[in-house]
Amino acid sequence: MSDTIIVNASGLSCPQPVMETGKILKKTPSGRVEVLVDTATSRNNVVRVAENKGWKAAAEERDGGYRVILEKQEPKT
Amino acid sequence: MDRILTSRQGPLLAGGVLGAVAALLVYWGNPGNMGFCVACFTRDVAGALGLHRAGVVQYVRPEIPGFILGSFVSALAFREYAPRSGSSPIVRFFLGICAMFGALVFLGCPWRAYLRLAGGDWNALYGIAGLAVGALVGIAFLWNGFSLGASERNPKAAGLVMPFLALVLLAFVFLKPLFGPGGTGPIFFSKEGPGSQHAPILISLAAGLIVGWLAQRSRFCTVGALRDLFMMGDAHLFGGLVSFVVVAFAVNFVLGQFHPGFEKQPVAHTQELWNFLGMVLSGLAFTLAGGCPGRQLIMAGEGDGDAGTFVVGMLVGAALAHNFSAASSGAGVGPWGIPVTIGGLVVCALIGLGCRTKQA
Repeated sequence: MSDTIIVNASGLSCPQPVMETGKILKKTPSGRVEVLVDTATSRNNVVRVAENKGWKAAAEERDGGYRVILEKQEPKT
Repeated sequence: MDRILTSRQGPLLAGGVLGAVAALLVYWGNPGNMGFCVACFTRDVAGALGLHRAGVVQYVRPEIPGFILGSFVSALAFREYAPRSGSSPIVRFFLGICAMFGALVFLGCPWRAYLRLAGGDWNALYGIAGLAVGALVGIAFLWNGFSLGASERNPKAAGLVMPFLALVLLAFVFLKPLFGPGGTGPIFFSKEGPGSQHAPILISLAAGLIVGWLAQRSRFCTVGALRDLFMMGDAHLFGGLVSFVVVAFAVNFVLGQFHPGFEKQPVAHTQELWNFLGMVLSGLAFTLAGGCPGRQLIMAGEGDGDAGTFVVGMLVGAALAHNFSAASSGAGVGPWGIPVTIGGLVVCALIGLGCRTKQA
């Protein structure tokens, strides 16, 4: 299993957390990405954009915000 | 109810209720096509506090503290109260000033731009086009690395400043302190003009609290709606905007408040270019700051000190716009409206170009 990519978008204004996540997902076809955000709004936005791109998204609370865990299986060839 | 509000349909529901409330507030006494307007109402508050002396636009609009307190209580209740600040606050203060300059050249915040449209004021179309262009320019800066940097968590009490300020404003509305020279002030209330037109205080306050709660839960944002649509093809906030306009139009129509045309619209002028460019300036400033003025008030209620700084910038900007004769009136743009709009655009462009944070 490949390493987890961590995107630290904590404290960034709208829409930067979504933009940073989008940039990473664009160059990551599959695997596991963790996005750190500090507000529920950013958490919801990141989950929405990831799910739109076919990623499985789950969020958990962490100290000072949320950790959004995005996962996508490698496409079978 | 909360599950719907926080779902993808949340903005749709919130937008519809906001549209209805706005149209009803006009019916109950607020100025025409101004059920609520964050720019105009913040300007009225600035006047009431004596920060400017335009006698026709002075009133502590209870809707403004209502938005902040509605959001604050909602954020507390749903465990989303999160005091934070430190993302270039002084830049946000100046963005607030610029946003207000632009809004007072057009005569309305983005919420009012759509409410003017819903009341048949076609001049709003130039403003809305300007808002879209301003948002697009802001997006271009964002794609090119614009960032005001990350905010940090603050102590719990730090987020109480704006809700406290809101309570003080409400105290002023109810107590009407008049112990200044000649029995006027320190809080001023218009005797005529738009500042004298208002719904009953308790209705305005209730409307503000409801809007604050709904907007906090649904993230309703008129600038975010355009930004998400243009940048990511995500229309869920845009849906909220559409329902806002459609419901406001429907209620206006039923109440006989729909008067289509360009001429003789309430608190509006017909100078197309400056309606357009004023909102380009506002749209750009709001996009760089991360949300429309309504959203900034909501975030301020959630404990976002940077949004609070932007709001204080708007308050100061409103006072400056009137003191420097840059605000428009029904007769047209003010003597200094044009240079201030151009100057504001230059300042925002410099901020957009200059503020970049390298991401790892």
